[in-house]
Amino acid sequence: MTSLPQTTDKALGLVIDLDTCVGCHACIINCKEWNTGGYGAPLADLDPYGTEPVGSFLNRIHTFEVSPDNAPASIVHFPKSCLHCADAPCVTVCPTGASYKRSEDGIVLVDESMCIGCGLCAWACPYGAREMDPVENVMKKCTLCVDRIYNENIPEEDRQPACVRTCPAGARHFGDFSDPASNVSKLVAERGGIDLMPEMGTAPVNKYLPPRPKTKPESASSATAEAVTEKPGGFLGWLDQALEKLG
Amino acid sequence: MHPAISVIFFTVTSGAGFGLIAMIGAGMPLPNGLAAAFFIPALAGLLAVAGLISSTFHLGHPERAWRAFSQWRSSWLSREGVLSVITLILFGLYTLAWMISGERILWLGLLIAIGSALTVYMTAMIYAQMKTVPHWHTGLTPLCYLLFSLTCGYLLAAGLNGFASGASSPAGLAVVAIAIAWACKYAWWKQAETTSLEAAGSTMESATGLGSIGKVRLLERPHTGENYLTHEMIHVVGRKHAAKLRIIALALGAALPLLIALGVWAFAASTLWLVLAFIVLMAGLFVERWLFFAEAEHAVSLYYGGREA
Repeated sequence: MTSLPQTTDKALGLVIDLDTCVGCHACIINCKEWNTGGYGAPLADLDPYGTEPVGSFLNRIHTFEVSPDNAPASIVHFPKSCLHCADAPCVTVCPTGASYKRSEDGIVLVDESMCIGCGLCAWACPYGAREMDPVENVMKKCTLCVDRIYNENIPEEDRQPACVRTCPAGARHFGDFSDPASNVSKLVAERGGIDLMPEMGTAPVNKYLPPRPKTKPESASSATAEAVTEKPGGFLGWLDQALEKLG
Repeated sequence: MHPAISVIFFTVTSGAGFGLIAMIGAGMPLPNGLAAAFFIPALAGLLAVAGLISSTFHLGHPERAWRAFSQWRSSWLSREGVLSVITLILFGLYTLAWMISGERILWLGLLIAIGSALTVYMTAMIYAQMKTVPHWHTGLTPLCYLLFSLTCGYLLAAGLNGFASGASSPAGLAVVAIAIAWACKYAWWKQAETTSLEAAGSTMESATGLGSIGKVRLLERPHTGENYLTHEMIHVVGRKHAAKLRIIALALGAALPLLIALGVWAFAASTLWLVLAFIVLMAGLFVERWLFFAEAEHAVSLYYGGREA
């Protein structure tokens, strides 16, 4: 059913720490590895070794440069996957009922056997979280590794999304946002977690932790090397004068 | 947005088809006789159905298209599918009755006219509901779709009536209809100039949440090549030639049909000429609809470098 649930028992999602992410793309690789063999159709690649490779991914890392007014620019690696919005516009536009949001944990999923591949849900998503598989022609999106997090056949420490499990920097955290005592709720409270494009009214569950402020040098002038003002002596002084005379 | 030919053909052609169905249903004068009772509704049905079938060509799984009738409670696309089929079935019965009795049932016709107009409105709402595409997200979008659909239908119905009637007076109303429809589109274009992602409050700063630190610029895309998102939602060719294409759309869709309709009206010529006006209007609408898609900016472009993407 493509109507959204009024409330969900849990609000499972991710916290992504932009301060910690090093942009290694390991989460993308592990996501693709797990999900190409897991939930739904495989994640295809076309022309992978050719001149125009394309493929479906559930997670992608952009890299931005952010320039404060009074400090040098810095680089921010920016992982982006489905934000499992509370008010998910991708769900309500679906004409077939293939897209749905689960009332038990808030995960947004696609029942691929019902998807007609119209692409309307991808248009409705402001975040670019949904991609059409180029081979299966059904819509693919992050499942929050629904086939890992409840999977009793794998060790307990592996029962979290593949991207979280693999992140070598600890930049990704998985948990229940409806519980104020959960690890993710605490992180959001401590670090001032934010919503992406709040003006779109999607009420995303996933939160982003902004980079911590950079420590600033005590005075602005010490940030750059001092200009050389003293006159050199000896051989260098002679050379300096001789070259000056040459004009 | 990527201007897919199947979707452009769908919105223009089925718009015209439902416009003609609405005009037939509303009781516009048409030639009598069995041939007219068969061929005129057949043409209207053909336009509407050809458009609807074309819309399934861009589906990944057209064989599952029937599933799209199920979510009418929440989805505009589903509602449009359901109502288009109901309207077409009623129109089939109406046509059958017309062919058998030679009479057109007015109450059923009016019901069909309302169904047709609502179908076109729902088609437009598929686009107008998109908050992610500020150009489309306006009440003017369904108004333009509706006015163009009814104008197409009126030109064709008045034109076909030229087989039976020598009266040129319908050309006067055709002039008015064409002028009103394009005035609405002009208002849409004017509004599109002031609506943008930025005006809607979406910038690279809000998209990344980094605005509190400073100005944001894309340093590197997630991948060296293209992907589904860049193919589907980040289309910049249209913006480059927008001004020229608007002139072409206006020349074909507005100026020529207006000249033809004015000529028919001024020289008391046969309204059959309005069929020609309909054909050039359709040509203009294909260009207009191409621009509707190609010029539209999607919020996801902010993650790929914004306007320069």
